[in-house]
Amino acid sequence: MSIRERLSGNEAIACAMRQIDPDVFAAFPITPSTEIPQYFAQYVADGRVSTEFIPVESEHSSLSACIGAQAAGVRAVTATSSCGLAFMYEVLYVAASARLPITLACVNRTLTGPININNDHSDSMGARDTGWLQLYAENNQEAYDNYLQAMRIAETPDVRLPIMVCQDGFITSHAVENILLEEDAAVKAFVGEYRPEHYLLKQENPLAVGPYDTCPYCMEHKVQQAEAMKNAKRAILDVAADFARTFGRSYGFFEEYRMEDAEVALVLIGSTAGTAKACVERLRARGVRVGLIKLRVFRPFPAEELAAALAHVKAVAVLDKSEGNSACGGPLFAETRCACYDLPHPPKMIDVVYGLAGRDCAVEDVERVYRRLLHIVQTGETGPRYVHMGQRSKQEEVL
Amino acid sequence: MSASMTEIRWHGRGGQGAKTACLLLADAAFASGKYVQGFPEYGPERMGAPITAYNRISDVPCTIHSNIYAPDYVVVVDESLLFSVDVTAGLKEGGALVINSAKAPASLRPLLRGWTGRVGVIDARRISEEHLGGYFPNTPMLSAIVQVSRVLDPGRFIADMEASFRHKFATKPQVIQGNMNCLIQSMKEVRLA
Repeated sequence: MSIRERLSGNEAIACAMRQIDPDVFAAFPITPSTEIPQYFAQYVADGRVSTEFIPVESEHSSLSACIGAQAAGVRAVTATSSCGLAFMYEVLYVAASARLPITLACVNRTLTGPININNDHSDSMGARDTGWLQLYAENNQEAYDNYLQAMRIAETPDVRLPIMVCQDGFITSHAVENILLEEDAAVKAFVGEYRPEHYLLKQENPLAVGPYDTCPYCMEHKVQQAEAMKNAKRAILDVAADFARTFGRSYGFFEEYRMEDAEVALVLIGSTAGTAKACVERLRARGVRVGLIKLRVFRPFPAEELAAALAHVKAVAVLDKSEGNSACGGPLFAETRCACYDLPHPPKMIDVVYGLAGRDCAVEDVERVYRRLLHIVQTGETGPRYVHMGQRSKQEEVL
Repeated sequence: MSASMTEIRWHGRGGQGAKTACLLLADAAFASGKYVQGFPEYGPERMGAPITAYNRISDVPCTIHSNIYAPDYVVVVDESLLFSVDVTAGLKEGGALVINSAKAPASLRPLLRGWTGRVGVIDARRISEEHLGGYFPNTPMLSAIVQVSRVLDPGRFIADMEASFRHKFATKPQVIQGNMNCLIQSMKEVRLA
C-alpha cells in the first residue's frame, strides 16, 4: 500500500536510501553537497539504518571510499552535486572500468564559473562519457522511483556498472511536492540483497581490483565495458517492468507525451518536461498538434527507440540544459540528431540551449519554441539551428 | 492557470523565515488533501538579502516547475522591500497583497507602483514580539495570507498547524503556544482595504 506524503526531492532520495539501508555511504558533508547526506546522517545517528557513514574530506575521496567498499563486496552509495561531481572526475572512470555498481545521487547544478549554485545539467553531462549509467527525473516521485530501481539495474550481472540518479537542483531537490512512498519492507524486497560473484577478499577466489592493464588486454576490457552499457538497456526495461508490476508506476527509456499524432515535438530532460506538458495541453486545446519526449535514460542512450518515436514528426526542438561548448549544439542535440540520421525522412531539428545557471523556463518560453517549430514546418526553412533561449546578451533574439 | 489552482509568491529577506512559512503553508495544504508545491528561489545566501518563495496549491496535480509570474496573492514579509522589489509584478486583478507593516493600507499604496487591488496589512512585528518575545514575522504572515486568500479553511488550517508545530517543535514544546497565538491573533487583526 503506497503512502501519501509530501517531501522535497532531497528528502525523497534520503528516504529511499533509508529504506534500502546500504552498507556504506561515503560523502563530503558540506558545500557543494546537498541535504541528502545530512538527512541520512540523522538516520544513522538515530539508529534507523545499519549503514557505515563515512564523512570524508573531498568528493574524490568519497567516491574512492565507495570504490573500496564496493570492491570489498558491499553496496556503497554517495551523493553530490555540481563541482563535487567534477572533483570526482578521475575516479568516476575507475568505478566504471572496475565494474563496480555504485549508486550516486546527483543533484544537478551548474559548474563554476562564473560562480553560481543553480540548476542546469552541466555537471552530469560533463560526466556522460565516464561509463556511468544515468537516469533523470522530472519530479520528486520520479527521483524516488528511479532510485529504487537503480541498484538492480547497476548490479545486473551482464551490466555491473555504476549509476547516477539525477534530479534538478533546487527545482525539485528543494521543492516540496506530493509523493507516493512505498512501505519499507516492500522496498527492501524489491531492491533485494547485493550478492556479488567476485569481491576482493573472497576466500576461495580472491580478486584484484584496479591493477595495471597491459596493452594486449586493456582494449578488450574497454570493449567489455562498452558491451555492458549496451546490455544495460535490457536491464533497465526488465527492472522497470517489475517495478510497474510491484508498485504500479511505469517507466521506460523515455516518456512520450501526446506524441501519437504530433506534428512537432520537443526532446528534453528533467523538470522542464512538466512545464512543457502544461504548454502541450494549452496548445492542444487550440487544436495544435504538439507533443514531447522526456528522456529518462541518457546513458545508455536509447538511440533506435528515440529515432522510431520521432520518425513521424516534421520538426523537433531539442532542449539542452547544458552548453556543450562544441560550437554546434549541446550534448542532447548531438545524440538526438545522430540517432535520427538513419531515418528515411528525418525531421528538421534545432537545438535550444536553455535554463543555464538556473535561468527559469516558464510555459510561455516553451510555447515560443513550439511556435518556432510550427514556423519551420510552415516555411520549410530550418533557420538558425543552434540558439540560446532567454539570453539577453545578443542583439538578435531568435527565441 | 486553472481555476482550481492558487499561486502565491512570498517576498522576504534571508533569515526572516519566508521559505519556512512557504513550506508550512504547503504542509497545511497537503494535510487538507491538496496537491502542493512549496519552493524557494535562491540568490546570494546571506542574511538580509531579498529572497522569493512560491506556493502552488491545487485540487489536481500540477506539473509546472517554473517560478510564478502571475500570482493570485503576494506576501511581503519585509516592508522595506517595497522600495527595491516590484512586489506587485504580474499580480492578478482580483488578487491581493499582504504586507507586514504597522501602517494603514492607504499609506502604503503610493509604494505599490499603481496596484489598485486589495491590500492587506498585518503588524507581524508587534504580534510576534508579544507572543514569542522576538521578531519572527513568518508565523503571523502565514495565517494572514490564509485568512485573506481563503486558500484553506481557516478553522482546519489552525488545527493542522497545531499538529504541525507539535511535530516541528517536539524538542521545544514551550514555543508551540506562542506560535499558535501568533496565528490566531494575526487572523483576527489582518486588515484588508
